[in-house]
Amino acid sequence: MSSGLVWLTILVLSVFVGIEVISKVSSTLHTPLMSGANAIHGVILIGAVLVAGSATSTPVLVLALIAVLLAAINISGGFVVTDRMLRMFVRRRPELPGPGQET
Amino acid sequence: MTTPTWAQLAYLVAAVCFILALKGLSSPRTARRGNLVGAVGAVLALVTVFVAGFAFGTLRHLVPILVALVIGLAVGAVGARRVKMTQMPQLVALFNGVGGGAAAIVAVIEVGELLGREAGPGRLVALVAGGFTIVVGSVSLSGSVVTFAKLQELMTTRPVVFPGYRPVYAPALVVTVVCTVLLVVRPSLWLALVLVALGLLLGVLLVLPVGGADVPIVISLLNAFTGLTVAASGYVLGNTLLLVAGTLVGAAGTLLTLLMARAMGRSVANTLFGALSGTSTLG
Repeated sequence: MSSGLVWLTILVLSVFVGIEVISKVSSTLHTPLMSGANAIHGVILIGAVLVAGSATSTPVLVLALIAVLLAAINISGGFVVTDRMLRMFVRRRPELPGPGQET
Repeated sequence: MTTPTWAQLAYLVAAVCFILALKGLSSPRTARRGNLVGAVGAVLALVTVFVAGFAFGTLRHLVPILVALVIGLAVGAVGARRVKMTQMPQLVALFNGVGGGAAAIVAVIEVGELLGREAGPGRLVALVAGGFTIVVGSVSLSGSVVTFAKLQELMTTRPVVFPGYRPVYAPALVVTVVCTVLLVVRPSLWLALVLVALGLLLGVLLVLPVGGADVPIVISLLNAFTGLTVAASGYVLGNTLLLVAGTLVGAAGTLLTLLMARAMGRSVANTLFGALSGTSTLG
């Protein structure tokens, strides 16, 4: 199998996996899930590090370092803010006024 | 770029972490653990790229890279910790935008690299992927900045459609497509930069007519866009982790956008173009 076909196979299978794993998401989790997915695409950081590491001229290096900086903000901020959202979400549930409870 | 086998395997484990993260995030019981698994995958991928680069001497400029990395990680984490609960959506939009910007920058650099490579089907597909990433990454960046401004109320949250909006929108789209095709046929660095400018313009035009209440749907859409650009970057860089992670986010993000729109009783098309066709989007 040619390498192009291997890439295409990975691409197509990943599309199905991506759709399948979140297809049963409850609507209360829409925002945290979006935020979590947002953190995951911060993995472009790996690509930014790779191009920065192979830069042969100063302008390219500077551009690549900006990409590293931006991607690092995306990935660390993404996971931290998702965790904060979820903490809020989990904590809110026991606080819901149950039957016979004064509010 | 050649990647050693053990590093490829580590990237595979990281990709599995991301799949499990999305799976975990879609159920209330496992959501926090899911997010943690995703973070573990990200750390694993980051350690791998540095160890592999260090061991094989393929990673130069280690010190400036580490400095940029540490600053970025700190800014992201501190920003995410300090922000008020009510401002989280716009922060997510901003994080998405910088991710798209990073993808666009990586793609511009890669197009520059491709100029020196021999013409062939491999280069052709890489140029298509690169052109796509430059345009869509820039759309994601500027679009996210506008959504941020709307949610932060730095500008009106009502749909903005100025006279002459449509006469600008359609030609800008056509010019962008033409320039992308040109980039693939006759690649040049300046054409790549023109595409960045066009992408930034399109991103602004895409988000301006969206009303404040619909903005979360658009953030989700831009999030899916950024995912797709990361997938395309993965192909150009020959990195399977970026391909898998980006495609996952692109596919899951697209479905999520549709689900969010349905939960709000809206259609995605109406959200984006409602103000243009006269049926107003929610203010």
